[in-house]
Amino acid sequence: MMSFLLYKALLVIIIFVISLVMAMYSTYGERKVAAFMQDRLGPNRAGPIGILQPLADGVKMFMKEEIIPNVSNKFLFVLGPSVAMFTSCITGAVIPWGTSLHIGNTYYPLQVTDINIGILYIMAVTSIGVYGIMIGGWASNNKYSLMGALRASSQMISYEIAMGLAIIALVMHTGTLSLGKIAAMQTSWHWNVIYQPLGFLIFLICAFAETNRTPFDLPESDSELIGGYHTEYSSMKLGFYLFAEYINMFISSAVISTIYFGGYHMPFVGHIASGNFLAILGVIFLFAKIIFFIFFFMWVRWTLPRFRYDQLMNLGWKVLIPLSIFNIGLTGFLMWATGRIH
Amino acid sequence: MMQDSIQKFTFLALGFFAVLSGLMVVFTKNPVHSVLYLVLTFFAITGEYILLNAQFIAIVNVIVYAGAIMVLFLFVIMLLNLNKETEPHKNPYLKFAAVITSGLLLLVIVGSLKAADKAIATPYPNTGDIMQSLAKVLFTQFLVPFEVSAVLFLAAMVGAVMLGKKEIK
Repeated sequence: MMSFLLYKALLVIIIFVISLVMAMYSTYGERKVAAFMQDRLGPNRAGPIGILQPLADGVKMFMKEEIIPNVSNKFLFVLGPSVAMFTSCITGAVIPWGTSLHIGNTYYPLQVTDINIGILYIMAVTSIGVYGIMIGGWASNNKYSLMGALRASSQMISYEIAMGLAIIALVMHTGTLSLGKIAAMQTSWHWNVIYQPLGFLIFLICAFAETNRTPFDLPESDSELIGGYHTEYSSMKLGFYLFAEYINMFISSAVISTIYFGGYHMPFVGHIASGNFLAILGVIFLFAKIIFFIFFFMWVRWTLPRFRYDQLMNLGWKVLIPLSIFNIGLTGFLMWATGRIH
Repeated sequence: MMQDSIQKFTFLALGFFAVLSGLMVVFTKNPVHSVLYLVLTFFAITGEYILLNAQFIAIVNVIVYAGAIMVLFLFVIMLLNLNKETEPHKNPYLKFAAVITSGLLLLVIVGSLKAADKAIATPYPNTGDIMQSLAKVLFTQFLVPFEVSAVLFLAAMVGAVMLGKKEIK
């Protein structure tokens, strides 16, 4: 019992630290990728090739003066970034980061908890993530913040529907809601993206919208709303909002890799490795996939311009939702045609 | 045994918390605070579902109520910008009628609870896949009510779209 608790606590701490470090270096990566795409050098002063830049940014954020507007609701003003940070950190609990390590006579699965509703848990956390933005935007008592918060929440609610419908088609294919089982069944090249290409595309677009990344970054579009929902925020509270976005990006990349891109599986690796070595290789493969998707998020940000708001809503409601319903029908038909259901 | 008592204690604490935040929904003056207290109530109830081994209902409660419906509530309240000045003054007779009707409702609830067996909610036996057993019951034994409620939802959706349209052609 004690060793079980100790191992779970250790796993939670490791995942938490990894999420934070990944998010930290995503900020650095984003600036480097942006610089590369625009033929610049990017941050290169702090440490060799600017590798200490995130630390410098962090210190700067902590040292800045902290301003809470006089007319705002103080408790809710602090609650906003806290909720945003909290919800982005708790999703990592259900993601299978690898198979299991065999030490002594016990197996230690590299997943904090394999609940039988893993995918729905992720949907639930995404749907309460909107509170951080809404509360912060409203408590700022600033019309730009409120506009940003309203845009964010309507955007997230709209794209959540298409995301849920894409997941329904995936669940029809896999027959389980547990992320551990979904990852385990995609052995070698049997990745879900092969069976669910349309569902993957819809899920990816929705993931961009849910994380408020360009081309869906209307909640904070600086040309229209100054800074959107975090206009009034300063110091580390602003830092938490920005940081939560990067953690969300990391987690959504992890979710996409797990449910569509085989998780910790890689074709042909089973022939050259086994046991603990294979488990560790699996973790490395998963992180390679995650880093690719984080790069993809950045690539899109520095390539595509922002949508107009009505275009965003039209895409969500009139394109993605009908398309995902069609995808459900198609999945059902194909399963019936191949004799998997009667 | 210890696990049992921890579970019981958590259940009671969550119940207390749900009732407390439910009361705060009514007593707090600011409508936005009311909505946030209601969200807390939903989370407490979700905790109760988890303790009763009904994870699916728990998570759907979060997705649908806390995640979607309450966000829309918050949305409307933020847009309307309700405050003390705009609060309508209600007729005192109306308040009187409201007290009587809610008192009657309380009477009915207390009466039915008293008549009911002292059935203490027991967790669903943790055997096999809970999702699968739920789906099996839903799509065999309760298929007709399930489909009827789906039709009801469809009707509500069509109605909402009709009301949302500016002009009906």
